[in-house]
Amino acid sequence: MAQEMTEEKSKPALRRDIDENLKRVYESALEPEIPDRFKALLAQLKAQQDGAQQNAVKEDSQ
Amino acid sequence: MNGDAATNPAADPRDELATHIPALRAFAISLTRNVPEADDLVQEAILKAWSNFDKFQVGTDMKAWLFTILRNTFYSARRKTRREVADPDGVHAGALSVRPAHDGRLALADFTRAFDQLSDEHREVLILVGANGYSYEQAAEMMGCAIGTAKSRANRARARLAELLELDEGEDILSSPASFQAVAGPGGPQAA
Repeated sequence: MAQEMTEEKSKPALRRDIDENLKRVYESALEPEIPDRFKALLAQLKAQQDGAQQNAVKEDSQ
Repeated sequence: MNGDAATNPAADPRDELATHIPALRAFAISLTRNVPEADDLVQEAILKAWSNFDKFQVGTDMKAWLFTILRNTFYSARRKTRREVADPDGVHAGALSVRPAHDGRLALADFTRAFDQLSDEHREVLILVGANGYSYEQAAEMMGCAIGTAKSRANRARARLAELLELDEGEDILSSPASFQAVAGPGGPQAA
């Protein structure tokens, strides 16, 4: 069981390991799908904005 | 309503916001370690961003801008509530079945547990620099500090993480002082 003891990590190797794992931790939280909650929120904000714009700029040609 | 042609969607930077929501959530989860809290934080950040879009400079990094809003929101909420929740709903609990893996790579479960023990500031800087690949300069801008501060914070965070990992592995710290020296470096880890 002591056989792997010889393998000690140099600083750059450790750093690389850390960054690799940081990416994995971050990516494990990275879901490509946007939750419905936020789709709805954006749609609502967008609708408010469009409403405001239509009031400001009276719908002109085309 | 005339659905098309009335407005030019390409001209509105707000349309880009949705594409950054997955990254915002991942960043929020990394900071809070709690999905419901992270989602509330993302919601608040979206609302703030939306009402401040006139302050966004077109052509600059929108993700970085949104990250800045999110982390500022996070810290001002933390200052108010000061609650310290360690993974209450088990965001990372699934990864916690610890199995010592001496295959030369760090085991993700051990790593995640160590990561969760870091301070908010340390997790933040590592996620920005280590996981997202932002430069110290960009990270400093987002965190509202000097570049040197960002750099030393990142170094301390890495050292702390390595220290936690060494301690997790138990025997290594006693039997191979060289590995400890490798992470502590000259001057050793300083208080955060």
